[in-house]
Amino acid sequence: MKPAPFAYKKVRALDEAIALMGENLDARLLAGGQSLMATLNMRLSAPNLLIDINGIGGLDGIARNGDTIEIGALTRHVQAERSDTIARYAPLIARAMPFIGHAAIRNRGTLGGSIAFADPAAELPACLLALDGEVTAQGPKGKRSIRTSDYFKGLYETALGPQEILTAIRLPAADGNTRTGFAELARRHGDYAIVGLAASARADGKGLKDVRLAYFGVGNTPLRATKSEAALAGGDVDAAVAALDLDPHDDIQASAAVKKHLAGVLLRRVAAQLMERQP
Amino acid sequence: MSMDMDITLTVNGEAVSERVEARKTLVDFVREDLGLTGSHVGCEHGVCGACTMRVDGVIVRGCLMLAVQCDGAVVETIEGLSDSGEVADLQAAFEQRNALQCGYCTPGMLTAAQELLQQAQANNAVPSREEIREHISGNYCRCTGYHAIVDAVESVAQERSKARAGAQS
Repeated sequence: MKPAPFAYKKVRALDEAIALMGENLDARLLAGGQSLMATLNMRLSAPNLLIDINGIGGLDGIARNGDTIEIGALTRHVQAERSDTIARYAPLIARAMPFIGHAAIRNRGTLGGSIAFADPAAELPACLLALDGEVTAQGPKGKRSIRTSDYFKGLYETALGPQEILTAIRLPAADGNTRTGFAELARRHGDYAIVGLAASARADGKGLKDVRLAYFGVGNTPLRATKSEAALAGGDVDAAVAALDLDPHDDIQASAAVKKHLAGVLLRRVAAQLMERQP
Repeated sequence: MSMDMDITLTVNGEAVSERVEARKTLVDFVREDLGLTGSHVGCEHGVCGACTMRVDGVIVRGCLMLAVQCDGAVVETIEGLSDSGEVADLQAAFEQRNALQCGYCTPGMLTAAQELLQQAQANNAVPSREEIREHISGNYCRCTGYHAIVDAVESVAQERSKARAGAQS
């Protein structure tokens, strides 16, 4: 299908975009467009105005500031995929990148767009939750930071206000004791996950602590499996699988029972990754 | 605000200025306004890869970009890649190895494969069959079962690698 008619405005500054969003409550922001364009083509959404933010300078880039990695909202997946800073200081993002869409999608899609869209089966929202990252947003009242635990509100619903723009995400920089794991199951490489799991932990002697398991594709938002986190920190993978208390719904890809089973399969794979000594 | 926009861009080396509807996708623009029908329209939501083309040197989904976003951009379609001879060896290998039947996916498949081969050239490497499969994972083919396509891309990767080695010695 073809999109319903809309007006288009390419803006050069955040303030311009924020003002336009205030005047047009039905407007949508266009970043990489790799999810938005599909919904427009299928007429699942029909905004009156698209505000193209790709011309705003300074919204892309990957930087380390001490113990924090800051990734600009317009950073494209391919930039993160090839970034030495990401490989070294945000290894969970590096692990997730090859699973995101296909090469042509990663050339256009942005990290900020994925986090702002908050698809429950997408990789990056779960990574952000696993890493206990932060979202930086700017609106008419200025800038603010939002903790991940306060950010994902519901199906495609986030804490971003109607006139707020996600400008960056911030992650704790990995060090020698950081452990990460990532796995997902999809029918075709690059498709949305049937079930996926992003995880981070700290090495603690021969064991693990601060385990964070963030599942995706099993609910309305990425979800932590806190009981399994505790069991895994105790070193008991079987108990961690037994403690999974996810409650997925049937969807077009798999039944709830299959998803629950696969969640356990992924936990064993990711647990093995977390136990590996990582560079 | 207007629903129509004037855009100026470069398509296959030629300057193009057109008035387009804001809602028009890049692939519809090159097909309907420019008559370049080598880029195909399949799923229209980014899944099938039939509309794969190059914008500013990298492959994109022609159905997931708007024509108005390409104001000032350099766009290359299969017509451009074919006329310049850039993918001549790939096209020959596809023919020799029966890597197409109906041909609907072929322009996108060639354009995607060429990006992988360019990256391999930059790294002076030969992509593995697994890497080839990964790179074309976003391009559906309903005829061949993919094996012949992987064979064709792999053979060109090896031939180009040999040519590079020959040029260096």
